[in-house]
Amino acid sequence: MADPNLSATPPQTLSTVPSKPSFWNDPQKRALVFQILLVIGIGLLLWFIFSNTLHNLDKRGIKTGFDFLDRPAGFGITQTLIPYTEASTFGRTFLVGLLNTLLVAGLGIIFATMLGFSVGVARLSKNWLISRIALVFIETIRNIPPLLQILFWYRAILPLLPGPKDSISLAELFYLHKRGLTLPSPLFEPAFIWTFWAFIAALVLAFIIGRWAKARREKTGEQFPVLWTAVGVIIGVPLITFFLTGSPLNWDVPALSGFNFRGGLTVIPELTALLLALSIYTAAFIAEIVRSGIQSVSKGQSEAAASLGLRPNRTLQLVVIPQAMRVIIPQLTSQYLNLTKNTSLGVAIGYPDLVNVFAGTTLNQTGQAVEIIFMTMLVYLAISLTISMFMNWYNKRMALVER
Amino acid sequence: METATQTKPEIAVSLRDVNKWYGEFHVLKNVNLDVERGQRIVICGPSGSGKSTMIRCINRLEEHQAGQIIVDGIELNNDLKNIDQIRREVGMVFQHFNLFPHLTVLENCCLAPMWVRKIPRKEAEATAMEYLERVKIPHQAKKFPGQLSGGQQQRVAIARSLCMKPRIMLFDEPTSALDPEMIKEVLDTMIELAESGMTMLCVTHEMGFAKTVADSVIFMDAGQIIEMNTPDEFFNHPQHERSKLFLSQILGH
Amino acid sequence: MQAFITRETLPSLPPPNTIKGPMAWMRQNLFSSVGNTIVTVVIVLAILSALIPFINWAFIKADWIGTSREDCTSGGACWVFVYVHLKLFMVGLYPESEVWRTLLVGAILVVTLAGLMIKAVPFKKYIQIFAIIVFPVIAFILLSGDSFGLPHVETNFWGGLLLTLVIAIVGIVAAFPLGILLALGRRSSMPIVKAICVVFIEVWRGVPLITVLFMSSVMLPLFLPEGMEINKLLRALVGITLFQSAYLAEVVRSGLQAIPKGQYEAANALGLTYWQGMYKVILPQALKIVIPGIVNSFISLFKDTSLVLIIGLFDLLATIQGAFASPKWLGYAIEGYLFAALVYWIFCFSMSRYSQHVERSLKTTH
Repeated sequence: MADPNLSATPPQTLSTVPSKPSFWNDPQKRALVFQILLVIGIGLLLWFIFSNTLHNLDKRGIKTGFDFLDRPAGFGITQTLIPYTEASTFGRTFLVGLLNTLLVAGLGIIFATMLGFSVGVARLSKNWLISRIALVFIETIRNIPPLLQILFWYRAILPLLPGPKDSISLAELFYLHKRGLTLPSPLFEPAFIWTFWAFIAALVLAFIIGRWAKARREKTGEQFPVLWTAVGVIIGVPLITFFLTGSPLNWDVPALSGFNFRGGLTVIPELTALLLALSIYTAAFIAEIVRSGIQSVSKGQSEAAASLGLRPNRTLQLVVIPQAMRVIIPQLTSQYLNLTKNTSLGVAIGYPDLVNVFAGTTLNQTGQAVEIIFMTMLVYLAISLTISMFMNWYNKRMALVER
Repeated sequence: METATQTKPEIAVSLRDVNKWYGEFHVLKNVNLDVERGQRIVICGPSGSGKSTMIRCINRLEEHQAGQIIVDGIELNNDLKNIDQIRREVGMVFQHFNLFPHLTVLENCCLAPMWVRKIPRKEAEATAMEYLERVKIPHQAKKFPGQLSGGQQQRVAIARSLCMKPRIMLFDEPTSALDPEMIKEVLDTMIELAESGMTMLCVTHEMGFAKTVADSVIFMDAGQIIEMNTPDEFFNHPQHERSKLFLSQILGH
Repeated sequence: MQAFITRETLPSLPPPNTIKGPMAWMRQNLFSSVGNTIVTVVIVLAILSALIPFINWAFIKADWIGTSREDCTSGGACWVFVYVHLKLFMVGLYPESEVWRTLLVGAILVVTLAGLMIKAVPFKKYIQIFAIIVFPVIAFILLSGDSFGLPHVETNFWGGLLLTLVIAIVGIVAAFPLGILLALGRRSSMPIVKAICVVFIEVWRGVPLITVLFMSSVMLPLFLPEGMEINKLLRALVGITLFQSAYLAEVVRSGLQAIPKGQYEAANALGLTYWQGMYKVILPQALKIVIPGIVNSFISLFKDTSLVLIIGLFDLLATIQGAFASPKWLGYAIEGYLFAALVYWIFCFSMSRYSQHVERSLKTTH
């Protein structure tokens, strides 16, 4: 309370509530009015679009709704991961396209990560030549549109390959030719399940060894070669099981008959080109992220570790990588997201992804533009939101505690 | 290596005609220095005089290009074994603390003992707590470096080095990144360490510290050791023109 | 301990040859260990074995000038393909007699950009106004014609690099005001405004551009009242502008976040209203910080413009593909794609260099 002697007004009129401004000068009311007007405006715009769309669709004789998903599609798709025939429904084409998108995205992420990390590390190499080559790779690749790179592989490089008859063959098992890469496909016998279980068991075992080694190290200080033991276990145990159960795996080896191959599995050239281009393009960005992530850890950190007697490899493992990862992982996930979105460029070379099959062919056949575009966008939105939710969670978990 | 330390037990660090260049810049010129075990040496000089470079050569954070450096009877050369051995025996405290921000104070202190000396975690933690108590911040053990003040961080950095039980400690301007009110707490820790008989080489301009604990003061300029004397003599009767000039500049403040 | 005083000042000596000079450099950077030496040798051999045939094909044995594929006789690259189609690749089907108009627009653009980017040029503010408001009008009048006695050139005839640049520049310029509004809205204290902006931004950023282009080319005509037609180029531009505005909003928002709170408080304390404060104090600073971000998002947009070939527009990439698909020039895909890659690369690389340069100079002035 103010000192009554200093106050110009008598104390009994002093109020803790400030006087009210007039309606138009009250910022809260202004904001409210503004927001109401904005909502009305957007509502009007949406209503305008909505009524136009209804009218236009009506005129073209297109019935809105999702009934078309149950109608038979009547067209073929060159690559299907789940059973699909021309008699399958349009709804099925959605699933087939989605799975094809996820296939490229998944494989692309794996390849891009491997290549990107290698190039990023090469960029930091002490060998001048290696680091220069990595730099040239990065600066060339990321300044050329990904679509151009996809088309380049598909329409300029792959056609240079010979036809199936004169395939480039590796040990008569793998054949590289114009129409793709043909390789033996595995035929599993029922007993193969044991090898699978052995693999799972080996993973668990490796995990247990890791825990045990850590506990022992903390208790006695003894160190144990966890990495090599784990690799040995994960490879060795399933391999021994495989031979003990009588090698229950056969290969369907491709053989040339006439102008094409019989048996085996053929990776279609669209997939090859798309994978090559997207992996390389994304790898260039990942390499930059890895480089800047590692360089973001100040030199003082590795000097401090060195002065404590830690070897360079341990310094990397215990000090540099844990800190670099905080910088790398959020950017890496957004690159993964970009790669996933870029798989939609496959439409330009006819790779049967979601956009090509569903937002392309299915849309043309049914004319249900609104529903189909809406569903397609929703799929990508769902993927984006999932990834950005992961990113928020990760950032919150990994944020360095500061004052 | 044992025999080597026994033949020259009194010399902890010895530099013979050490030279170093950064590109074209001649940063260390024929530096000769012997530090006996238990000696406390303060190194001062204008910036760019090579004082930090000199002590960073002693644990091979920088490579010298000519001459000989012998630490604890081991000569520093390209042999990784030698470098490992020397770094275990030589602790270092940096101007910018260089604590590991992703690890707690306790984990900072236990990291090297566990991975380099292969000490069990319990034992390493006990030692760490002991040293954290010595630098008077045991209650901060579970916090992250980012949550501490600069002075506290530097004291943790000292404790972290001590956890490796080094025989020699190097200090590279440990107080120059600190706010004035925090300098004293760090200096007190260093004085206590000096009184326990640690061999210390400190690059610092803290004259009070030098007068209290140093056995001798080295003044460097332009990559050369210009003058070396007891703190009393050096501060009261500097001999060389450049020492006089330098002292008048820093005391003028 | 003995006192020691030096009386002589040692001279600075040049470093010995073992640590300085080309031999030392090579030893340190190429042959520092046995492993490194092997790697260096292997790489040099690999580069030579790949580069020599390529240089041989692309330059030494190449044919450069001619009128038809019959002029490509030496077995190397057939740059005649590019030479013959250069006009098509640059401006598409733009009438031969009117090409000077595109060149004039290009010249004005180059001069304006130089005026904006070179620090020493005065009157920055007027050049900015010219670039954002006057230039688009002049460019449109010149390119489209139908006034000032210039014959009308339908957008169907625009193509090649011209179309690529038109899409990219219109995309960024038109998206700019919307992007700023969205960024301000996302930082607004009004919950509904904020929610609308967040949803708008995240939806466009969450979907691939190609679905946006599909939407604008298929759905936009449905949204409009009966009888209202908009051409293919305009539809693509609408889609790209909406898409780009979301990305720009995020760039601008990062700049707004970087402005210290004190600036906002100072603007309030001086009695400026929200819009005055934004216009006079906050935005000029924020936009300056985000110049590198804007350039980077322009680079992405420039690369993304190639997607319009999927919805049937004839940009640089599409005209090149069209040219080598014609029976007369079948089989020159590699030359075509390499030329396209070179053009895109020159634009993107120089812009990224400029953005890095601005970033560095911002760091030193702040």
